[in-house]
Amino acid sequence: MRDFEYIAPKTVKETLDVLDEYQEDCKIIAGGQSLLNILKQGLMAPEYIIDIKNLEELNYIKFDEKDGLKIGATTTHRSVEFSDTIKEHYNVLSEMERHLATVQIRNWGTIGGNLCIADPTGDVAPPLLAMDATVIIANKDGEREVTVLDFGVDYYETVVGPNELLTEIRVPVIPSNTGIAYLKYRIVEGDAPIVGAAVAFTLNEKGACKKARIGMGGVAPIPIRAEKAEKMFEGEKITDTLIEEAAKVASEETTPIPDIVASAEYKKRVIGVYVKRAAKLALTRAEKAAN
Amino acid sequence: MKKILNVTINGTPYEIAIKPKTTLVEVLRNELNLTGTKRSCNAGGCSSCSVLVDGKVVNSCSVLALQVDGKEVTTIEGIADGAKLHPLQQAFLEHGAYQCGYCTPGMIIAGKALLDENPNPTKQEVKEAIAGNLCRCTGYVRIVDAILATAKKLQEEAK
Repeated sequence: MRDFEYIAPKTVKETLDVLDEYQEDCKIIAGGQSLLNILKQGLMAPEYIIDIKNLEELNYIKFDEKDGLKIGATTTHRSVEFSDTIKEHYNVLSEMERHLATVQIRNWGTIGGNLCIADPTGDVAPPLLAMDATVIIANKDGEREVTVLDFGVDYYETVVGPNELLTEIRVPVIPSNTGIAYLKYRIVEGDAPIVGAAVAFTLNEKGACKKARIGMGGVAPIPIRAEKAEKMFEGEKITDTLIEEAAKVASEETTPIPDIVASAEYKKRVIGVYVKRAAKLALTRAEKAAN
Repeated sequence: MKKILNVTINGTPYEIAIKPKTTLVEVLRNELNLTGTKRSCNAGGCSSCSVLVDGKVVNSCSVLALQVDGKEVTTIEGIADGAKLHPLQQAFLEHGAYQCGYCTPGMIIAGKALLDENPNPTKQEVKEAIAGNLCRCTGYVRIVDAILATAKKLQEEAK
């Protein structure tokens, strides 16, 4: 690893000032569970490292019935996993976190860092996509809200500019009669997913699909939604046949990158299976919520 | 330029001048000669370098040492009570829960983190708690048995 200058600002304001000063010459470290590997491999050699790991100002989980959920960027995966607020209102996030990487990584790694490193196989984005989540990105002059859908630009690249900081993740209130599930495929517990699918169904009073969301990870340079497949459900009674057909369409919407673990063709095939399974589980949960 | 790190390790406060790029495992092994913590993959993939930071288990190879400034670190050297082994260390011995020993300190630390949070875990919970700790000699059966036996023993002692 190349040497760098280390700056640990005490507040968000100070962080934004420092980012504005150093811009392209600096990188932000939070938990560093991905960044340190990138630095060790010499893939990046920033002159300055801005450490926000201990910024308590961004370590929070808040919920209210109007605005929904707000998670500060430096909240650890483990805090999300164990949060009673999240278990009560957004249990799919707790389920996702319980199987994200390993206990060691969840204890130090942050939810904001996971999104910002923008590994397309990351576990955090697919369920957020299924819940229409947004993020708040700040610079010293103000802040903007961006959907998780528009957050990714390319492989390991996001819309966060050199003078900007992701400060918060927001998830709207989950409508009644909604079921959400996230399932992923990987070889052993602790591995990064090969592919992952999150499905959310909201049912209307007749039990048909009012709204469908399908978030997918590991099947494109960025996390994506299967928007064509989602439309197939809307207004329809969800049946096994419809799920089967929509899962095929979802699979066709992907453009996976082949890697050492799996070919593009394989990932395309497996994501269809996982969309199908997650859809069935989401439907069961939506029906349970409606009764 | 070096920075000053103030950290408490196994109850002893230290003030150490380090380069900012130094990871926690490098401070432990190279600066303090606490070589019980093993550095293996050095990429967060094997958890052999597990230590506790403020009671939570982390991979010390994947923590920038300056990030633990002001915190308490516990390593494998810090869990025995003088010459009396920690119950987990004793159980690993009794169950023969090791071969080469390289994963053992990390396994014991991960086991301790689990039992501190959840004194009465199920077998599945033990397996999940050590899912990141790789053993390449043999398997995990005796390790899981040793952790479960410790939980049982500590529960009985607490009664």
